[in-house]
Amino acid sequence: MYPDVAEVAQSVDSTSSIIEARDVTKRYAASSGEVVALDGVSFDVRDGEFISLVGPSGCGKSTLLKILAGLLPYSGGTIKRSGAPLKGPGSDVGMVFQTPVLLPWRTIIENVLLPTEFRRLNSDSYLQRARDLLALVGLAGFENRYPHELSGGMQQRASIVRALVQDPPILLMDEPFGALDAMTREQMNVELLRIWNQNRKTVVFVTHSIAESVFLADRVFVMTARPGQIAEVIDIDLPRPRELSMINTEHFGRYATRIRALLHSKGDLS
Amino acid sequence: MKEPATNTKPRTRPFMLRRIDLLVSPVVLIALVAVWHFVTVRFAIPIFILPPPLDVWQSLVAGFSVGPFDRSGFLYHAGVTFAEAGLGFFLGSLVGIVLGFIVASSKLIERVAIPYIVAFQSLPKVALAPLLVIWFGFGYEGKVVITSVITFFPLLINSIAGYHSVDPDRIDLARSCNASSLQILWKIILPSSLPYIFAGLNIASVLAILGAIVGEFVGAQSGLGMLLMQYNQSMQIAPVFAVLFILALGGFLANSAIRALERRLCFWAQRSAPVAEA
Repeated sequence: MYPDVAEVAQSVDSTSSIIEARDVTKRYAASSGEVVALDGVSFDVRDGEFISLVGPSGCGKSTLLKILAGLLPYSGGTIKRSGAPLKGPGSDVGMVFQTPVLLPWRTIIENVLLPTEFRRLNSDSYLQRARDLLALVGLAGFENRYPHELSGGMQQRASIVRALVQDPPILLMDEPFGALDAMTREQMNVELLRIWNQNRKTVVFVTHSIAESVFLADRVFVMTARPGQIAEVIDIDLPRPRELSMINTEHFGRYATRIRALLHSKGDLS
Repeated sequence: MKEPATNTKPRTRPFMLRRIDLLVSPVVLIALVAVWHFVTVRFAIPIFILPPPLDVWQSLVAGFSVGPFDRSGFLYHAGVTFAEAGLGFFLGSLVGIVLGFIVASSKLIERVAIPYIVAFQSLPKVALAPLLVIWFGFGYEGKVVITSVITFFPLLINSIAGYHSVDPDRIDLARSCNASSLQILWKIILPSSLPYIFAGLNIASVLAILGAIVGEFVGAQSGLGMLLMQYNQSMQIAPVFAVLFILALGGFLANSAIRALERRLCFWAQRSAPVAEA
């Protein structure tokens, strides 16, 4: 019935898939009628893989990420996360949002330990790990500062540490650097890869920047809008560690051109 | 790769220059009292119209020279009025915040409740005071109730606004960490709403004393409102001014306490704290 789904399922060794999505749909009831946000989305994410999810505004990429996080219900299809059917949020996932979402009345270290507090774990046993992670992202010495005392880039790095504090195998990132200026954003991309290289989490990274998606990922899922679908999966065969200078290479440019062509053929980029 | 933290170095102007207002304020007070004195003496204004400041001062000294349990002194009556106002403020605010959160948490409840809230809010609450005397008598209960009713609304309206002001991402963050509804309420929604709640408490702290006084006007055996009525009827205007002074001071202290608490709890909020109309 779904030949493309069967094909994907066969081509991927299911034991090494940490996320399996099969024919996922999401429909909203809106005042103008029913809106199909996601229409038959299927994919696998292998353990330790870095996936970029790129697409125009309104293509459903953030919706898909929230579904994977267990924050939004989906209308149809099946999703397995960490080997079990998706039930809801869990400590196997760390989430990074578009804005840092740090609580302004808590210090950086208190913010970073928030997930352990919500899960009623002994925060003290995570304290050392939190400090180490803060040092890893260059925030050593800022543990007892309040968020407003930090720059936007530093705040977002603290929010990445918060997502990593329980050492989850999966990191879901929803356009985390979209609000930063271009220079800080490039630095954050390099930094993110450095952190990823040390932890080798599975990352699903939502972005609307083509360059960012290619620079970071092992594979880029190109999404198109109305209805939201994965138009193509592109393997990024660039050497690691990635360096910013690669962005200017012809190899990189071909990937970017290919993605741009896909996005333009299926609708406008906004 | 380190970006500089926000520069928080304090400014280095001398304290006396920075807080020149601390010097000017008392000077303004002295000037006002001097003008008051001059006007009453120079134009020989009758003391039952406007007593000179010295008479008011003597009345204050006399009123405070007796103990707090002596009905002839100010302390006793001030204690009654401010206890009524404080208790009413506490109860009205608490119920206002709790009901505000309940109303805001459900679209259905909110849609049903809003017309009633608007209708009841348009009613001048002090108009209820005579009725409450019939229901609760001349004791403190009726005053506490009217104060609660008056302070309830600013807190209700502001906590609804505060609840809706919470960044949905904060809720998503908490949910992604398996937070329970109670944890979300306690650790995300309540602290996020505090700037709104304090805007309500600021208004309510002033309204609370108004409520207690109006309640006493309608009928009471003690309290500053009752004293005001008695002195007014016997044309003793100097003690009337003395009582007004006590009321102003009490209101000022109550409001200062609220603001101090706000600075302590909402130190993180922007200077221009959002205020919903009460």
